[in-house]
Amino acid sequence: MISAAEALKDFKKITPKKIPEVEMFAQGHRACQGCAEVLALRLAAKAVGDKLIAVSATGCMEIISSPYPQTAWLSPWIHVAFENAAAVASGIEAGRKALIRKGRIQDDGAKVVAFAGDGATLDIGMQALSGAMERGHDFTYICLDNEAYMNTGIQRSSATPYGAMTTTSPPGKLSKGQVTWKKNMPAIAAAHNIPYVATASPAYHIDLMNKVKKAVTVPGPAYVHIFSPCPTGWRCPPEMAIETARKIVKARMFPLYEVIDGRYVLSRDIKKPIPVADYLATQRRFRHLKEEDIAYIQSRVDADWDRLMALIKATNPEEEA
Amino acid sequence: MADEGMQSWKTLALGCAMTEPGTSRSFNTGDWRGRQRPVTDREKCIKCGACYILCPDMCYSPDTEAEEEGYWIWNGFYCKGCGICIAECPKDAIEWQDEKEEDKYGQACRT
Amino acid sequence: MAKRVGLEVSLACSEAVKLANVDVIAAYPITPQTHIVEHLSELVADGHLDAEFVPVESEHSAMSACVGSSAAGARTFTSSSAQGLALMHEILFIAPALRLPIVMAVANRSLSGPISIWNDHSDIMAERDIGWIQTFAENGQEVMDLTLHAFKVAEDHRVTLPMIVNLDGFILTHVIEPIEMPSQEEVDAYLPPFEPQQKLDIANPISMGLVGVPEVYTEARKAMLDALEKSYPVIKEHWDGFAQQFGRQYNPIETHHVDDADTVLVTMGSLGETAMTAVDEMRAAGRKVGQVRIRLWRPFPSGDFLDAISGAKTLVVMDRALSPGADSGPVATEIKSLIYATGGGPYVADFVAGLSGRDVTREDFKQMVDKAEAAAAAGDPMTFEMWGVKE
Repeated sequence: MISAAEALKDFKKITPKKIPEVEMFAQGHRACQGCAEVLALRLAAKAVGDKLIAVSATGCMEIISSPYPQTAWLSPWIHVAFENAAAVASGIEAGRKALIRKGRIQDDGAKVVAFAGDGATLDIGMQALSGAMERGHDFTYICLDNEAYMNTGIQRSSATPYGAMTTTSPPGKLSKGQVTWKKNMPAIAAAHNIPYVATASPAYHIDLMNKVKKAVTVPGPAYVHIFSPCPTGWRCPPEMAIETARKIVKARMFPLYEVIDGRYVLSRDIKKPIPVADYLATQRRFRHLKEEDIAYIQSRVDADWDRLMALIKATNPEEEA
Repeated sequence: MADEGMQSWKTLALGCAMTEPGTSRSFNTGDWRGRQRPVTDREKCIKCGACYILCPDMCYSPDTEAEEEGYWIWNGFYCKGCGICIAECPKDAIEWQDEKEEDKYGQACRT
Repeated sequence: MAKRVGLEVSLACSEAVKLANVDVIAAYPITPQTHIVEHLSELVADGHLDAEFVPVESEHSAMSACVGSSAAGARTFTSSSAQGLALMHEILFIAPALRLPIVMAVANRSLSGPISIWNDHSDIMAERDIGWIQTFAENGQEVMDLTLHAFKVAEDHRVTLPMIVNLDGFILTHVIEPIEMPSQEEVDAYLPPFEPQQKLDIANPISMGLVGVPEVYTEARKAMLDALEKSYPVIKEHWDGFAQQFGRQYNPIETHHVDDADTVLVTMGSLGETAMTAVDEMRAAGRKVGQVRIRLWRPFPSGDFLDAISGAKTLVVMDRALSPGADSGPVATEIKSLIYATGGGPYVADFVAGLSGRDVTREDFKQMVDKAEAAAAAGDPMTFEMWGVKE
């Protein structure tokens, strides 16, 4: 199998002037007002284009796209259950691979892409995802991370950020809300030594689409983690969804980067970060936090950024010289 | 229950599949909107397409009927009124405008 | 030409899957299923079978990958047992709902706890209502034949449902038996390549697994149920076709000396062969005892069963699983409800026997018959007993 870098050698970038016209996801879906998760999904599907075979985990994007008889999918699509999108995708990939090899179907260049929320990815579906990545299936897994179980009513997941209020991490006399630090799923994906891992935000939509396009271009497993603001669950005005997705990047709280064949590449350097407090202030799920809580979050964000910079340095030794 | 929207089991596709893509397009999400809609001032519009690419509900498409190419036309049948297009327009060319209830659906709402 | 070989029954299952030229096997190892998947992975590794062997990280993912593979249009096989089957539980319901003709061999084993690797039917009885077609094999030849038959039935466009072949763990899986192995040409003549009715295809995009809103959920379930019910004549048709091709006839309900029998033993799975010997011995001793073996468990062949027991005064039902809190085991419960609808019928004694691989001998069967006949004569309440439990 060729490396990701080699597969991406002649990569044709999507540019603001060359946004693909094709849509693989249709209007009339039932996502909430200002849902940036469905926007991320739409952009990702658009970037893949008409070669897409989509798999959805149970969750917001699955229910809003498929109340019978209405499907918002313009590509072939399957939903099976909550925790198994990666396993279903690996089955589709294996089936097609066998059929193509045996001459039963033509190689039409279809791209198998699994879409799942943070709960379906970081919690209940992590085993299936780990297995599929480890086995090396040629598929892309896109985590649409809105940082809690929104479909069931805003319960905390392991992607919920420290301090956030959810219906199962309520701030109270003895609690600040979510008490754990967000699980670093892109790092876990990268630890599988898969060819391509990336983080993306719909506020940087060209970057997002290019990363998804790269993910489906590289042979083998690819993982794209997309920050997906949820105005309903985060208690922010719907028109602020994109701004929220922009601010978290500017605050260095959700760095945009790629891991190509194990090499970390920063997509967007944030030379003058805004304080995390500015980001946290956009959402009422953080409004109970005190100054010292915000200072703690700032210190962890700074440390995480430094660690990422160290990883970039460590995995790009030639650039040091 | 009333049988509105119901279908005989004998007519369901195999495995209750939907064999036609994009059937959600028949579903009106425009009535989720309050009595305001985003309206673009084409004097200010620079045709950047931010409204088109950032709309979660895919309400903006190329206006093929305009005399000048490159503008985007809004479709109120799907617009839920989130206001992202207004917030993200780099030229502040899109503004809320009041609309009557009866103007909320179909072609009448296209601006 | 077919050839007769000595083969472990697990390997006979694998060889049948190979003869079916399956495209994808997604499986996770669990005792006593392991030899089936080990041999399949060898066949793939050696190039004898052109298939993708997906060594998944759990049974949940095994069934999920099978769903994906089958939805992509590939002939798909898996195998599991006990805890593994239970871990698949959630997805087992979805495969028939999506109408995916996956074939699975279940090496029947006790469900924990306490944990036990040995044979009974508690694993599959917990999956009674999943909507798959289910058959039970009694010996190695049947495992081979029923596996080939399973692909034929499951993929038939009049059916398009997943299918399980049950084979008793260890008692069958780990035993070497003489097996008539059909040639590839013979199998190809019986089993055409899989032509999916619909699949995930970018040339013809369909959506599978939509939300079953209240307006459609009931209808979707009805459609699935209807397909399962209508699979019955197809199952029989393909057994008849199998008999023509290979000379071995199978039936949904197999009978032995039932015509004039007062007492009929009802078995499912490999205990049937021991029971048959016991019946023959009782016959030789002048007792009017017969036997019914349930080969097709789902859809249950109600008419065939009632015909087979129409002359019996007493039924001695062998359950190999408990249905805790119910008044009998799952097989007897099934039979009693059938008989109730006839407005009369025989006395039913139910014995839960052979849990966790405990031997059930010819002598045991004879004692059960004695006990049941005495209870029936005395007009005792319907017998339910965990056979051989040490007090």
